Amino acid sequence: MLKRTCLFSTHHKLGGKLIEFGGWEMPVQYTSITDEHLAVRNAAGIFDISHMGEVTVSGAAAADFLNYVFTNDIRKLSAGLGQYTLMCNERGGAIDDLYAYCLSKDVYFLVVNASRVQADVAWLHQQLAEFPRREEIFMTDASHNYSAVAVQGPCVKDFIDACISSASNCAMRVPKVTDLKKNEIGGFLFHGHDVMVSRTGYTGEDGFEIVGNEECIAGVWDTVLEKGKPFGIKPCGLGARDTLRTEVCYPLYGHELDENTTPIEAGLGFFVALDKGDFVGRSVLAGQKANGVSKKCIAFKMTDKCAPPRPHYPIWVNGARVGEVVSGTQSPSLNVGIGMGYVPPEFAKPGTEIEIEIRGNRPKAVVVKKPIYKKS
Amino acid sequence: MSDIPVDLKYAKSHEWVRVSGGVATVGITDHAQHELTDVVFVELPAVGRQVKAGEACAVVESVKTASDIYSPVSGEITEINKAAVDNPALVNTEPYKNGWFFKIKLSNPAELNTLMTPEQYGAQIGG
Repeated sequence: MLKRTCLFSTHHKLGGKLIEFGGWEMPVQYTSITDEHLAVRNAAGIFDISHMGEVTVSGAAAADFLNYVFTNDIRKLSAGLGQYTLMCNERGGAIDDLYAYCLSKDVYFLVVNASRVQADVAWLHQQLAEFPRREEIFMTDASHNYSAVAVQGPCVKDFIDACISSASNCAMRVPKVTDLKKNEIGGFLFHGHDVMVSRTGYTGEDGFEIVGNEECIAGVWDTVLEKGKPFGIKPCGLGARDTLRTEVCYPLYGHELDENTTPIEAGLGFFVALDKGDFVGRSVLAGQKANGVSKKCIAFKMTDKCAPPRPHYPIWVNGARVGEVVSGTQSPSLNVGIGMGYVPPEFAKPGTEIEIEIRGNRPKAVVVKKPIYKKS
Repeated sequence: MSDIPVDLKYAKSHEWVRVSGGVATVGITDHAQHELTDVVFVELPAVGRQVKAGEACAVVESVKTASDIYSPVSGEITEINKAAVDNPALVNTEPYKNGWFFKIKLSNPAELNTLMTPEQYGAQIGG
């Protein structure tokens, strides 16, 4: 039995093609992945992200606990700030990547991947059960309480204030939504309902993510589509979400990250604060930072005209099979095959010529710096 | 609503066949291109290749997935559509005209009787 978000009937009405993702029935596209992708790059797009999970962690020892289970330094967050971070097991393998927000002193809000909600909550409970100051920590899986949408694109700032037209009343205090800076989060009112708005996203464009309960998110969706119409907003599905994030080399759990892959191998060392004190997986990650890794995440672009690269296609260098693609697609913005994959570190330098095995052929590609797509 | 031309025959796997003088032209249906959307790459069989009915002999790639194309009939590939290779979008815009894939010289014309009529195909896709 697949789960449905509060926007299910909306997706149906808009002609969304529904597929299974993380146990949910979600739209992969409405019109075409290319059109939706380009709408986000050039104007605006709205995504249903209600399938994602939300966890609240509060109490006097909340920050200490979260700093013990996450790789990034949560002490950097004062009220109204969020950060990208990862949660690792004892081998340094990623259990999930997520966003952690500080809403107020001792109150934290986590947004996690839909496919990992159960695993994350189980892990957090397991860690909490052994944490010395657990009496001072209160944790709730609030995923079933929340729906959410992401509004992304260069034109969003031109109409989002007309959608949520109040000043914020908690977390980051700003007179209007567009006064939020990147990674900031504030509580606003939408027709009397509390919503949290963060200036975050998964597309490489400016944008906002809006979290609220079921009753109001459908209204938020309709209002955003209405106010964004003159700017060319389109409803966008998971297909465009994937091509957008692949172009800017954002990891997708299950592809660039899994329980046998560390943040260091994935190229996310920037979000691993080795100096903050002990945390789960620290010794392995410190060892990798000092001594190197055995596999490294690369970004690549096809140089031969060929079929698009896809996950699991083998990567060849100098006549030997050395690695595997983890994400791949035809880039709608660049009109070329692009992707990310894992290879031994000696083949990870930008400029390295590689081959991708596609149905018995081995068209050429080149390792490039991340992000593959950059706004000019 | 899907376009299903009345002068063609259809395979369960969403290929269409137009027959003229012992040669079958093959492409994919409007329903199939609509499901795929955004065709970005077309891989066609070599001219001269012998194919059997039901054999996978071409690939159509959209942004999201790769799909096998199955030959509806047996015979020899006599011609392939370079225009579709050079401009894969033709498969979406003209699935029955300039988005065709390949032509086959029929080795067993009786196979055409096993293909679906437009009505049968329409029923299959729930039209």
